[in-house]
Amino acid sequence: MRSTNIAPQLDRDGRAALARRVRPEDWSNPRPREIYDLVVVGAGPAGMEAAQYARGLGLSVALVERNQLGGNSLNAGSIPSKTLIHSARLCAQIRDAAEFAVSSPAELKLDFTALKSRMMRVRARIAEYHAVDRLQHDGVEIFFGDAKFSGPITLSLGTTSLQFKKAIIATGARAHPPNFPGLDEVGYRTSTNIFDIPELPQRLAVIGGGPLGCELAQAFCRLGSRVTIIQNDPKFLPREERDAAELLSESMARDGVDIMLNTTVVGAHAESGTKFVDGQNYDKKVSVPADEILLSIGRLPNVENLDLKSAGVVCDDGGVKVDEFLRTANQDIYAAGDVCMSHKFTNVAWVSARMAVSNAFENKRTRHSEMMIPWCTYCEPEIAHVGMQVWDAHEKSIPVKTYTVMMQDVDRAIADGEDDGFVKIHVRDGTDKILGATIVATRASELINEMSVVMSTGIGLRDLARVIHTYPAQSEAIRLAALAYEKDNPGRD
Amino acid sequence: MGEHTDHDDDALIDRLQRGAFSYIEKYVNHENGLVADTSRDGSPCSIAVVGFALSCYPIAVENGWMTREAGAALTLTTLRFFEASPQSEQPDATGFKGFYYHFLDMKTGRRVWQCELSLIDTTLLLAGMLTAFSYFDGDGAEANIRELADALYRRVDWQWAQDGFETVAQGWKPECGFLHYGWEGYNEATILYILGLGSPTHPLAAKSFGGWTMTYQWENLLGSDVLYSGPLFTHLFSHAWIDFRGIRDDFMRRSGGDYFENTKATVALHREYAARNPNNYEGYGRDFWGITAGDGPGYRDMRVDGRDRRFFGYMSRGAPYGPDDGTIAPWAMLATLPFTRDAALSGTRHLLASYPQVCKEDRFASGFNLTLPGDDGEGWLSDGWYGLDQGLLVMMIENAKSGLNWKLLRGCPYVISGLKRAGFDGGWLSP
Repeated sequence: MRSTNIAPQLDRDGRAALARRVRPEDWSNPRPREIYDLVVVGAGPAGMEAAQYARGLGLSVALVERNQLGGNSLNAGSIPSKTLIHSARLCAQIRDAAEFAVSSPAELKLDFTALKSRMMRVRARIAEYHAVDRLQHDGVEIFFGDAKFSGPITLSLGTTSLQFKKAIIATGARAHPPNFPGLDEVGYRTSTNIFDIPELPQRLAVIGGGPLGCELAQAFCRLGSRVTIIQNDPKFLPREERDAAELLSESMARDGVDIMLNTTVVGAHAESGTKFVDGQNYDKKVSVPADEILLSIGRLPNVENLDLKSAGVVCDDGGVKVDEFLRTANQDIYAAGDVCMSHKFTNVAWVSARMAVSNAFENKRTRHSEMMIPWCTYCEPEIAHVGMQVWDAHEKSIPVKTYTVMMQDVDRAIADGEDDGFVKIHVRDGTDKILGATIVATRASELINEMSVVMSTGIGLRDLARVIHTYPAQSEAIRLAALAYEKDNPGRD
Repeated sequence: MGEHTDHDDDALIDRLQRGAFSYIEKYVNHENGLVADTSRDGSPCSIAVVGFALSCYPIAVENGWMTREAGAALTLTTLRFFEASPQSEQPDATGFKGFYYHFLDMKTGRRVWQCELSLIDTTLLLAGMLTAFSYFDGDGAEANIRELADALYRRVDWQWAQDGFETVAQGWKPECGFLHYGWEGYNEATILYILGLGSPTHPLAAKSFGGWTMTYQWENLLGSDVLYSGPLFTHLFSHAWIDFRGIRDDFMRRSGGDYFENTKATVALHREYAARNPNNYEGYGRDFWGITAGDGPGYRDMRVDGRDRRFFGYMSRGAPYGPDDGTIAPWAMLATLPFTRDAALSGTRHLLASYPQVCKEDRFASGFNLTLPGDDGEGWLSDGWYGLDQGLLVMMIENAKSGLNWKLLRGCPYVISGLKRAGFDGGWLSP
């Protein structure tokens, strides 16, 4: 890989550009209005979406942020991790290049500083679309500072008071802190600061086998770290079905990740400058040496220091409690995004934010439980899902049948050498009504969107079989599943 | 090769069944009835293999390979051992709460390898005991067999094994308590739930079976409608004892099939997968299949014929989702004889004609991999034999020939009760 000596300058430029966009150093809060139609607390994906959508309705909007615009997605989650994953995928492709008749260098070199600079530039570029000046131009009044409720329709920032007709709490969530002894002392990283590491760790221990833990375990391994991932469950990705999780396990093992399932972390300690994660695999004790430890055991909603009680807003371990319409116990205050939703994804934050504004101001009564949420874990292969899982259908006594196509049988996947995975489409048995789909494929995050569109518009599997797809394309797997349905049900419906 | 291919189908089947049973004859300890897990030196006993052995003695009697008296005597010796063996929380006991440790010392019968108290392996042992309970209907020793088998089955505390959950744990160790390996989807555990539900003393909760089947998937896969489970043995183990033809639980009533037909569909799926051979493994084809649990070449990454290959040791392999490293179990095709006779025989004959080394002393090896060249260039072959493979093969061949094991447990009240509590009806379960 080409080394570059302009990385530090690019890094500085990127940081400066990002800061200008997400929190200018010379910022002064505006003079507040007497009352706002809407005050949004938190300027992550949900908060910014709510503010911009509300402005589109002609409402007066104040957006309050404690740190930087963009929230976790831009600053600590989706964007930095996907940038890292892309570089990691390139490393893997270069290593496997001989499979495609292309010679690869004898030694693969990674410039981690340059990688981080690129990460910064990517964030800065994306931040432009959500920058302070752009929001101001749209008429959103931005306040930086620590906000808390001082009454049912009042928010305070220091000496400033913001009155509102409606408010939306969109303060997001943060990495779950450790719940075992020793980790604070030896030091650990979370999704918030893993991308700040100065150099690629030789050894990385990842605690937690959820989406982020798996993504980063595989990515760091491909970049060259010796990675061990420790998961207390028998499988990774508890929300996904067995076949998907097992394929991911195999793929990570192929990359060289050391996998420890059914292993509970009981503590951490340091010896001679090395950190150790101590675990228990039933009757076996394990101790994993590491230079860095990544903790990825879930997310906690940010509800502290908001004085929610004074506004009559109720919260529990799951975050701000909302009804079907995203209303809190205070009928004038709504919530959106990670602070209240069980699915803590950026796309859910966007949709729930619009839903909250719409329900608050447009007399809509849209239920958040009716959202059709596609999600994806960005490992290789990617694992994406939308709609019901089979066990959801069983619980509701809905007869379900699954049409499966292996990527091994898809021409384009074979040609690309990307034939790990499958497309599963679940239908209500005896009909072509699609209940859900799981896709495991190199580009499952893209393929799943066809299923989302189809399901949202009520297209059945029989009609999908008649949709002409490009050829060759990996989405042919979806068409083949539809054809399997048609063959299985000739002349029905 | 000639040695096997000279036989007509029935003669070949008889010979291979007899050969498989000879494993039990050779590796049983006549002092306590324990049977070695494998033919390798120092192998401990696997309680599952004992379960298969107990189920094979009636077959041996019926086929004239042993006298009824000898079969009864060996059965009684086995049951008496388990009745007298220590049941406690001590780490070197033989069992606890009526369950048994997976591996036992061949002589002392005590736990070895700090292994787990195994629910599925205990189930297979109990299935063997209930086979003996159902077959030996005479007086004297045979009455003792019935009494002991009944007592050993009744003392199993299935409720304890639920560990407060809806479904069962997979094991327990005195060092750490229950083991939850996260069974999800269909597998070999159907017989576990049926025997657990049929207990007159400590039965599983009725909803436990529904809790397990909640994770089933009815799937159209490679042109077959199947209740999927990757490894072939998961579609065979419960069927070695229970005749699933025409009886249906709630899941199968909704899906319109039954578990017997599901195994037939699974064979079709495995053959189709082998024919497509997406990973381009040597040998695979419609007459070279049988991806299941078994011995393998060992864990190693290699470049073979210009491709990166990853091989595994003993593990549960499956198709089409994998894991698949090109290893088949040579016995597996013939073990599907009751379901798909033509496919079973066609594949077995191809294997014996092309690779006779997979069957020595009329017993099939546990694993065979043509992709990994062995010392002689004719593929990697597992050493010796595994008792599970041999016992299962004896039973499956007999079920295809006479249905003996199915008939025996069709008359067992505990099995009938367990099936009904699991929601099965129709077919031979009809009043």
